[in-house]
Amino acid sequence: MSDVVLGTRAVADAPVVARGAGHSTRRAMSRNLLATAALAALLLTLVLALAAPWLPLADPDAVDTPARLRPPLTPGSPLGTDEFGRDLLSRLVWGARVSLLAGFGTAGLAMLIGVTLGILGGYYSGWIETTVMRLTDILMAFPYILLAIAIVAGLGPGLRNAMIAIAIVGFPLYTRLVRSVVLSVREREFVEAARALGSPDFVILGRHIVPHLLSPVIVAFSLDVGAKILATAGLSFLGLGTQPPTADWGSMLATGRQFVVLRPHVVLLPGLAIFVIVLALNLVGDAVRDLLDPRTAS
Amino acid sequence: MSRFLVRRLLLLAPVLMGVSVIVFLVLHLAPGDPAEIMLGSQATQEDRLRLRADLGLDDPLHVQYGRWLGHVARGDLGRSLWMRRPVLGEVLVRLKATLILTGTALVLSSIGGVALGILSATRPNSWLDRTSAVASLFGASMPVFWLGIVLMVVFSLTLGWLPASGMYAPYGGGDVEDLLRHLVLPALTLAAASVTIVSRLTRSAMLEVLGQDYIRTARAKGLVERRIVVRHALKNALVPIVTVIGVQAGYLLGGAVLTETVFAWPGVGTLMVQGILARDIPLVQGCVLVVALTFVLVNLFVDLLYAWLDPRIRYE
Repeated sequence: MSDVVLGTRAVADAPVVARGAGHSTRRAMSRNLLATAALAALLLTLVLALAAPWLPLADPDAVDTPARLRPPLTPGSPLGTDEFGRDLLSRLVWGARVSLLAGFGTAGLAMLIGVTLGILGGYYSGWIETTVMRLTDILMAFPYILLAIAIVAGLGPGLRNAMIAIAIVGFPLYTRLVRSVVLSVREREFVEAARALGSPDFVILGRHIVPHLLSPVIVAFSLDVGAKILATAGLSFLGLGTQPPTADWGSMLATGRQFVVLRPHVVLLPGLAIFVIVLALNLVGDAVRDLLDPRTAS
Repeated sequence: MSRFLVRRLLLLAPVLMGVSVIVFLVLHLAPGDPAEIMLGSQATQEDRLRLRADLGLDDPLHVQYGRWLGHVARGDLGRSLWMRRPVLGEVLVRLKATLILTGTALVLSSIGGVALGILSATRPNSWLDRTSAVASLFGASMPVFWLGIVLMVVFSLTLGWLPASGMYAPYGGGDVEDLLRHLVLPALTLAAASVTIVSRLTRSAMLEVLGQDYIRTARAKGLVERRIVVRHALKNALVPIVTVIGVQAGYLLGGAVLTETVFAWPGVGTLMVQGILARDIPLVQGCVLVVALTFVLVNLFVDLLYAWLDPRIRYE
């Protein structure tokens, strides 16, 4: 009876498996296509942001009150102007510099602090491990954005301080990730062999342990940059990040919302810019994860 | 269960201590003299020095911390420099508004997310499942403050269906119906990203459980599918779902700052931002401390919930 049932199941499953394989291939292809498009959008934004000083754009901070709140497609201002008559296209391109710097800079700083502490906390047991882990526990006992706001309150508003604050609240993620990898790698035979041969700690760490961290850290970093752009834009929106007149997508949204009924584009465009760039970063991050860590590929 | 509770409460002590040290240090090491902020720029050097001595600002840092902690333990969070009122009373009034907003958003994201997750898991690769996957990607990429503004423009300013800001109407409001009408847009904005996260996690937890042998047995016994999904699968998938809902509670509590600012919701978040811009250190300190304590208590509650759901956790 069971053979009959199994046989029936096997036959019944065959086309399902074939269909499933075809379906997953199609899904993989469409995911690749999406990731390629996202990478192209990201590279384009990066090139535009880097080339901003040499592009034929209006001065992003030049106030022209008679030309205020012009709609998109106005001659001379393809995306319109803001409440001070400043060219929105120019401010969006210059704002991309700030947003990308904030995203990569804060994620990079958080990664640097987090990886260093994670290696120390994972490799050395005793008081170093206890200190590192209690510090991360305490930092994680705060809601993420709240602690960043508190740190900015201490340091004073401004882009640099906002980036430091977000990096401080963001590093425990890397610390925990790296520590868990180091904890497992340090017990492996090749590390024991290196130790038995008398290799000093920095050689064991640099040659035998750090290479194992590259893949998980790159994956975490690629998924983290978008979150950091959102967090920095959030602080700028609250008036605690980039200060006027510097063009920044978060602060453009904050000042523009008073005029949203009259001219929705002053809010829609910077919001859309943040959304598109973070979406592109998340898609690229997903692709990097699938590439480097196929076990977690969705 | 009581031993688990005691153990968990003991673990709370060092975390609370650490939270208090960080809140104290971050705001006491801030540049600028609090005495100068209190007295204004017209004050003489003599007045400033006298006030510094009165406030104990010349004492070593650990003495100041000990004194501050003693006051906090007695429920005295100091006086707001800007509002010239006790901080605790003001923060607690605002905390009520924040908890109403956060609680509603949490209920919306939990019910919506779990329902969507179950539907996606029972119909994998359907249009609903795919839409939910896209929505989750969008939810993780969309700035919450932008979504709030867009919803406000569409539903308040254009269609006129719902109020655009505040917690109650300035005239003739104040009842529950008025509160609910004001709550819809901020709660939806705050819940939007969470609902997608809860739904994706519920989906993966349910898919894992639905593939287990005992589910096949339940189906072979001829049980109704609804009963299998709710009684057999969901119950066993609850621990990871409760975990993610607990994480979301903290995220919503912090994220409420941005939503409150968009909708002028009179919560702790807006109070804290006003405090920072006015350089009102005691007020900011009080806000951070009260929200962090609430967050710690929420985490404790989630841990107790795990232990209740899964007896293995309390016997570990």
